[in-house]
Amino acid sequence: MSVLVLGVGNILLSDEGIGVRVVEALEQRYEIPANLDVVDGGTAGMELLEMMSDRDQVIIIDAVNTGAAPGTVVELRGEEVPALFRTRISPHQLGISDLLGVLVVIDQMPKAMTLFGAVPYSLDTGIELTAAMQEKLEIILTFTVAELQRLGYDLVAKSVVLPEAV
Amino acid sequence: MTKRIVIDPVTRIEGHLRVDVEVDNGKVSKAWASGQAWRGIEKILEGRDPLDAWIFTQRICGVCTTVHAIASVRAVENALKLEIPTNAQFIRNLIVAAHAVHDHIVHFYHLSALDWVDITSAIKADPKKASQLAESLSTWKLNGVHELTAVQERLKGFVNSGQLGIFANGYWGHSAMKLPPEVNLIAAAHYLQALEIQRDANRLVTVLGGKTPHIQNLAVGGVTNSINLDSQAVLNMERLVYIKELIDKLDDFVKNAYLLDLAVVGAHYLEWAGYGKGITDYLCVPEMPLDSAGTKFSLPGGYISNGDLSTFKPITGFDDPYFIKGVAESAKHSWYHGDAPLHPWQGETEPSYDDFNDEGQYSWIKSPTFHGKPAQVGPLANVLCMAAAGHEPTKKYLGVLTDTLGSLVGSTVGIDALHSTLGRHAARAVRTAVLVDELQIQWEMLMNNIGKGDTDIYNRPVFPKGEIQGVGIHEAPRGVLSHWVVIDNGKIKNYQAVVPSTWNAGPRNSEDVPGPYEASLVGTPISDPDRPLEVLRTVHSFDPCIACAIHLMDTEQNEIVKVRAL
Repeated sequence: MSVLVLGVGNILLSDEGIGVRVVEALEQRYEIPANLDVVDGGTAGMELLEMMSDRDQVIIIDAVNTGAAPGTVVELRGEEVPALFRTRISPHQLGISDLLGVLVVIDQMPKAMTLFGAVPYSLDTGIELTAAMQEKLEIILTFTVAELQRLGYDLVAKSVVLPEAV
Repeated sequence: MTKRIVIDPVTRIEGHLRVDVEVDNGKVSKAWASGQAWRGIEKILEGRDPLDAWIFTQRICGVCTTVHAIASVRAVENALKLEIPTNAQFIRNLIVAAHAVHDHIVHFYHLSALDWVDITSAIKADPKKASQLAESLSTWKLNGVHELTAVQERLKGFVNSGQLGIFANGYWGHSAMKLPPEVNLIAAAHYLQALEIQRDANRLVTVLGGKTPHIQNLAVGGVTNSINLDSQAVLNMERLVYIKELIDKLDDFVKNAYLLDLAVVGAHYLEWAGYGKGITDYLCVPEMPLDSAGTKFSLPGGYISNGDLSTFKPITGFDDPYFIKGVAESAKHSWYHGDAPLHPWQGETEPSYDDFNDEGQYSWIKSPTFHGKPAQVGPLANVLCMAAAGHEPTKKYLGVLTDTLGSLVGSTVGIDALHSTLGRHAARAVRTAVLVDELQIQWEMLMNNIGKGDTDIYNRPVFPKGEIQGVGIHEAPRGVLSHWVVIDNGKIKNYQAVVPSTWNAGPRNSEDVPGPYEASLVGTPISDPDRPLEVLRTVHSFDPCIACAIHLMDTEQNEIVKVRAL
């Protein structure tokens, strides 16, 4: 089983970075087993070809704009995932849309795909999520961990030292 | 009758670029290039620790990650007058060259080739004839009839199923598409092969950078790649040998496929050596520093005025005042406060958005000038300057390309043909060949240095009290990149990035002189205003990267091309 969790987005544009922030939280809070790849893809395109190709399952986490209200958490599966990327003419032309197109051309599409995302509240310049999006991060993280469990990965939480009460 | 064509967004580029042209009698008479997203990265950096700046700057853009990281550490080191160990220079140089080779291959084959290559025509080719043609020009191992037949079968599958996928948005059957089916097939085969090869370039960056797509191995003061030839965990002999294998694979493809493809495709589009000239004041900076202080370079840089190579004036190093004092940015036609040109250390980034005004403000991109004039940057500027400086590998690969092109068209092709849309593509291929040589050179220098027992990789930075300023210059894939930093008591006070696409895609400057994109489009013939392929050819030849890196956008989109009669 070859599984990739790929968080994408630009962390300089507040909620646009939700995908990367979820992946960071996943790595901070859980022991990642050696047979699972967790990657912060940023806004890269073709550089991700290598790690996307021929996977059994790819879980993409991203900010999405479906027209729904800000904060709406989105889950897409299978053919819905490339379809979402195809429907938008992204200014980030070398992004996921083209990457998926290339994977089709070279016949190395992941066998299964899942996307978890949320509609952003803000795309303002800034390296932190909005407070409202921070709450959605917890939901998406829960979804991601559950999806991984479904795929046979029982993630173990890292032992954390709680900060002392102020 | 004058028509106005608006292309918004320009596709197959990074970032959001809008291009407007007015067409009179079938030719572009006026052009505007407009960056459609505001990049506020500079604001994010104010007040932060300069040691961390590169981690943020490499997030500016999904394509130019390592590029902004390198320029940032160089800027802080320049402010501190901090030298770095030569091993660190060589390791950085290997990353810089591998990244650029990756970027150029992807640009030519995957982002711009489809402006010239008709995929749907390739299925009509005779693979045997195509193979004979390709093998007559090159020793590239994947030009055989078996290989080309397999590619053609695959393309037929896509075309006949109507599921063109990644090829869906091409201008197929456009009257400006001139390649015979056999050449289209060769190019299509190399398009697919280049998808594999670009992985090797990326692997090289990953081995040295620690992670992809964001490298982890940089530090202000050097790199963090501990060198120990016998250790498993660090940069050891096994990894160095693997790097050499990757370099050799890139070398083979670039010199035996990419460089010659430019000649084969270019031979059918020689009229494009007459379009797209635009601004012929060329600027590039030296690259591949060979000593700790950044005073000696493997690749020369400098400035050429008015397209005349005899005017070449070198830029000698990271501290050359000719460069440092020459750069200014104007915002007269950009959506920012303040009109007067400012030096980047004094630069301001206060947005002031208005509508698109032809004679007023119309872009989020500022207008840089070099000693008061706009300059074209990028591989063409780089190759012309290196040729003018007498750089032998540059002259050699330029010769290979122009000789092959000349033999295909039956006449001599001179260096003047380079001041054009076709010339920008040709120069990019020449630069890629030079950079592959550079990979070999830097790898050998690293090995020799380690062999001498030098394993130094890092010098610790110390920040003084008070204010210091520095500039980090880098000859990036799209041209001159400079990061300008002002540091006060160890914290960033001002940070300005003057990026290559600012030089090329900038709007009219404070004296209303058009920028390089705008100037290059004037005179371009337009055969079909509804399908303005010719505009895209010239714009794509600059390899636009508008570096805003916002990749989320509304699903509801208007049509990309709008045409209206004026």
